[in-house]
Amino acid sequence: MWELIRANRRNSIFLMTLMAVVLLLLGGVIGMAAVGPRGSLFGVAIAAVIWLVLALVSFSSGDQILLAASRAQRVTHDVHPQLFNVVEEMKIAAGLPAMPKVYIINDPAPNAFATGRSPQSASIAVTAGLLARLNRDELQGVVAHEMSHILHRDILYVTLAGIMLGSVALLSQVFLRGMFYQSMGSRRRYSSGNQGGGQAQIVLFVIAIAAAILAPILAQLLYFALSRRREYMADAGGARLTRYPEGLASALEKIANDPSPQLASANNVTAPMYFANPFKKRGMRTLSDLTSTHPPISERIRILRNMAHGASFRDYSQAYAAVTHSKTIVPAAAITEEQVAIRPGQAATSGPEKTQTQIHQIGDIMRRVNGFAFLTCLCGLKLKVPPNFQGDSVRCPRCDRSLPLGAQQPPPSTAR
Amino acid sequence: MGGFIALIVVLAILGLVALFLIGIYNSLVGSRNQVDNAWAQIDVQLKRRHDLIPNLVETAKGYMKHERETFETITKARSAAMGAKTVSETAQAEGQLADALSKFMLVVENYPELKANQNFLALQEELTSTENKIAFSRQNYNDQVLFYNNRIQMFPSNVVAGMFAFTKRDFFQVETALEREPPKVTFS
Repeated sequence: MWELIRANRRNSIFLMTLMAVVLLLLGGVIGMAAVGPRGSLFGVAIAAVIWLVLALVSFSSGDQILLAASRAQRVTHDVHPQLFNVVEEMKIAAGLPAMPKVYIINDPAPNAFATGRSPQSASIAVTAGLLARLNRDELQGVVAHEMSHILHRDILYVTLAGIMLGSVALLSQVFLRGMFYQSMGSRRRYSSGNQGGGQAQIVLFVIAIAAAILAPILAQLLYFALSRRREYMADAGGARLTRYPEGLASALEKIANDPSPQLASANNVTAPMYFANPFKKRGMRTLSDLTSTHPPISERIRILRNMAHGASFRDYSQAYAAVTHSKTIVPAAAITEEQVAIRPGQAATSGPEKTQTQIHQIGDIMRRVNGFAFLTCLCGLKLKVPPNFQGDSVRCPRCDRSLPLGAQQPPPSTAR
Repeated sequence: MGGFIALIVVLAILGLVALFLIGIYNSLVGSRNQVDNAWAQIDVQLKRRHDLIPNLVETAKGYMKHERETFETITKARSAAMGAKTVSETAQAEGQLADALSKFMLVVENYPELKANQNFLALQEELTSTENKIAFSRQNYNDQVLFYNNRIQMFPSNVVAGMFAFTKRDFFQVETALEREPPKVTFS
């Protein structure tokens, strides 16, 4: 486990350095093109300032921004005991120092993500659609996958890489737009020198434009490649934590076959953080392989189902090699000689549920999150009372009994 | 002059070695504390199971009039587990308690009214989760012990471990004889 974290940290530092070099080079070239030969230092300084501001913002409140952007609501144990319990189970299995905060997103698309700078202050968010569709073992698999992201320090990495990517994109955009507006004007200010200097300036301009176009693409590809690899590693970690790869595999299968529309609140920057790719691109196989933030789901399932002998990283690595016929992605340092047996599943395998029931459940989960009270009348009728309901009792519309409200009402969820 | 430089070089090397050893020592202490902490976690979860049982029995009693024997077994196993002093005693008593509870859960299947009770369903979820938490805290303890023992045996940390008497820890062997066998269901 620690070997893996160390290897991960090494890779992160390497990638950070690479991206920083790209960013600073871009800044230098743009500065030179825009101001003149002495402008390179100026450009580098601007690139550094952009990076610093973005880094400060995302370090101080990045997780809060992300959670707010995906419209996640903080929940307590009372709102969804099973989710809360499963998160706590995985926290114990991972030996995490503190309980992650638990959030529910009001969306029928099944997905989940984890965020937070360190294992001490992590958050896990799942959609209501995920809760309605998965059984206990599958939910455990998904939460274990997210817990592995936290444990492997992936979130810090994704945040850092996201900042770097954002800076590169921002810098390129500023330059390209500036170029556009400048060329609309009558003359360029810096071409008034001698002829030779002007030609050098034009060459520099061409280089700068090429760099401004290519750098974001390069940075994005790097970002995607490492985020795919991290998904595999989180799968391996999740299987190891639960000792039950089938839970995770079957959760992935349900998500892959899900007919509901794609997640409403996901965007390009937040996509790599999700459990499964929130964007549904069907039919674009070859291109999406290179530009996708997540490995193909069918492959993830096949690898997990291939883990016949145990649930250790070594078993995952062997299964990976068998399925993809390529070199393993598990760092050699993480492959230890431990024996990790697979345990049998617990949850009863339920038959295919009706879509109608699931939609019903999603609504109920969200009502619970929003502080509705749930009452069952003696005649069997279920009443859902909104949190702003005035009065101490409700009258049952079917049998006309008066039901006391105060006792059973759960405290409204503490959403920030 | 040359001797002076040589002295500084030797001192620098010694200083580096000392820093290296201090680092190893500290991380060994850290992982030993992790092991102790993981052990304490198991106790926390076992205590949670003890706290849960009276509630569960109270809720189920009203529905299950003819299962007095089952309830007695659970209550007895619970007080035995709470009173256990030594580690082996605890392990055995907790094993019996887990066994009694899993038998109880099998019996519950015969009472559809109880299974429809919201209160009982909530308690059942808590019990399932507590059983899982106990299993996962044991699993985490064994993971931590494996990591700690590896460090004690592997070079170079084994040198420091030998100097300061870090000793190997034992793994948690889950099964008492009762837990290893599947619960027997007899129809008589």
